[in-house]
Amino acid sequence: MSLLSIRNLHASIGDKEILKGVNLEINKGEVHSIMGPNGNGKSTLAAVIAGNSKFTVTQGEVIFKGKNLLDMPIDVRAAEGIFLGFQYPVEIPGVSISNFMRTAINEQRKYRGLDPLSASEFLKLMEEKKKVVEMTAKLANRSVNEGFSGGEKKKNEIFQMAMLDPIMSFLDETDSGLDIDALRIVANGVNKLRSSENAIVVITHYQRLLDYIVPDFVHVLYEGKIVKSGTKELALELESKGYEWIREELESKQK
Amino acid sequence: MENTLNYIDSALQNPSCITHIKEQQETACNYLKEHGFSFGKNEVWRGVDFSSFLNDNLQTPIVNDSYNNEFKCNIPNLDTDRLTLFNGYISVSNNLIENKQGIIMGSIKAALSKYPELVKKYFGSCYKNENSFLACNTALFSDGFFIYIPDNVFIDKPIQILDVIKSQTPLFLQTRNLIYVGKNSRVTLIHCDDSYNENRSFSNNVTEIFIDEDAHVEHYKMQNMNNNSGLINHNYIAMQRGASLLSNSISLNGGNIRNHNEVRMLGEHCETQMHGLYLMDKEQRIDNYVYVEHAFPNCTSNELFKGILDDSSRAAFNGHVLVCEHASKTDAVQSNKNILLTDKAIVDSKPFLEIYNDDVKCSHGSTIGQLDETALFYIRSRGISERTAKTLLMYAFCDEVIQKIEIKALADRLSDMVKKRLHGELTVCDECALHCSVPECKFEIDITKV
Repeated sequence: MSLLSIRNLHASIGDKEILKGVNLEINKGEVHSIMGPNGNGKSTLAAVIAGNSKFTVTQGEVIFKGKNLLDMPIDVRAAEGIFLGFQYPVEIPGVSISNFMRTAINEQRKYRGLDPLSASEFLKLMEEKKKVVEMTAKLANRSVNEGFSGGEKKKNEIFQMAMLDPIMSFLDETDSGLDIDALRIVANGVNKLRSSENAIVVITHYQRLLDYIVPDFVHVLYEGKIVKSGTKELALELESKGYEWIREELESKQK
Repeated sequence: MENTLNYIDSALQNPSCITHIKEQQETACNYLKEHGFSFGKNEVWRGVDFSSFLNDNLQTPIVNDSYNNEFKCNIPNLDTDRLTLFNGYISVSNNLIENKQGIIMGSIKAALSKYPELVKKYFGSCYKNENSFLACNTALFSDGFFIYIPDNVFIDKPIQILDVIKSQTPLFLQTRNLIYVGKNSRVTLIHCDDSYNENRSFSNNVTEIFIDEDAHVEHYKMQNMNNNSGLINHNYIAMQRGASLLSNSISLNGGNIRNHNEVRMLGEHCETQMHGLYLMDKEQRIDNYVYVEHAFPNCTSNELFKGILDDSSRAAFNGHVLVCEHASKTDAVQSNKNILLTDKAIVDSKPFLEIYNDDVKCSHGSTIGQLDETALFYIRSRGISERTAKTLLMYAFCDEVIQKIEIKALADRLSDMVKKRLHGELTVCDECALHCSVPECKFEIDITKV
């Protein structure tokens, strides 16, 4: 049985259908990359999996660890092991990163029937995970994403992923807005978190991220469907040929 | 038992005026006799309604010193000098004190007999226009505090004023406070309004602050009254050249609150910062009126008022900045931001700039909205429940006002109180007697909606 099974998933925002029958199977230990032109449903797919109520699922199902994911509230999905790295992380003034993470970890632990982490256990964990993305700032004094540069925001997303230790992560354009050094740090961070016990979906426009995070599978999401899947070589082909080629191939198939 | 209006009427017929402020008291009597408490179309008092208190049977308090410091209002890591107003009277223990530096603190009634010329000089000097509630206070106030700070005195230790109501009968209270801060002096005032039980009360309190040249005043207010209480807090502030004011009021609870602020900058290079935070639920009402007069060039004023409203609560922000003809290089900002948690909560927001000079920088803004859905989704996607996520976001909204408090220990304490309020807990300090020993004291507060 797959870790995550997306079957014929249709989702809309208002009257507009964005996902038009997505099928995808993901197993533990795998890294998948989803590519595709803007506005074709990549971010929507990640948002629907995480539970964003802006979108309505009209058809299909998502099975995670054998459970119906779409029935779960947002925070329960997270406690079950789903993580979304945001393309545009939100600023929360007045709430320190450490307080935010401690609340999140302890609410997740409560869901799993575990005792909350003590202050010292938590601090130890935080110092350890800061190293994953080479963070140096004192997080107790900084509000979540407030006044962060683009690079710091994305590092903070991967830091949160490291803290929460999810089973199934969707990273939505984690490479956008990063300079070359930050890209390397963020990608290395993701690689450190890869294991045989989890799975990661990387949503990106660019091959260069995949030089660092080498995927097992690459999919093209086009007009609300996965129209082509392959190995990492597909990403190279897309980089050189663009998406026009996919469109032409599809049109000739339809004829 | 007679109702409050009848009491006021008969008191006005035979006013027992105090010799040194007789003139002001007589003027106030006549104003009130002529105008009563109807405001008609007066924009300044539009929507303000304390008629249920005026028509109720409320009693005026009698001098009473049975207060035994039940409110242990210690602020951790902050040493303060404390003045207690108990049911409208300064408690006898700090009746009137003059120290080596010439600072005078204590009862205004006592000061009127001991330092009549000093009180007379500033009494009634901080406002220009009369209004009915002000006149009522001037004519009939019971007591209040008088603080006199001579020139060139820096007071490090904040002065904490506890305005406490504890009575088995419904009370009508009028305290009159006067603060003079001399040239180049600095003082911090922490003023808390508390009610000890759920009994009905109506307070019509006037505070005048005269800030002399180059003096600096920080005025922090914390309002934590029961849901049956009415409270009008008049703050009249007159500033001389180079004076500065930082005012921050946190309104946590109260049945019906009117904060009536009038600030007049009467010299060049004055600076006013006035901030407020209000967290209202159930049927609570709050009304913040802020009038700032820029009469001279090169003065700045900055207003930030933020509020969260739950259930059927109501709030009003009525801000008026007047920039006079000669007040060039004025810099004035007015901002009011609100979050409504329900369809029944109402906010009237009216920022207003009146400008008679071309060489100024003025802006105003007002927002009324709900909690940000994107931020809520972000927080919940980390495994945080909807209730906790909402509380975090509400706190984040409040934090901007709390951060304007210059004293860290006080900011921490008030931040704690705001968190308790948002969690639906009793908003009391840790050592406060209200915690355990007063079973009859049940505030029903729960601003968080699940």
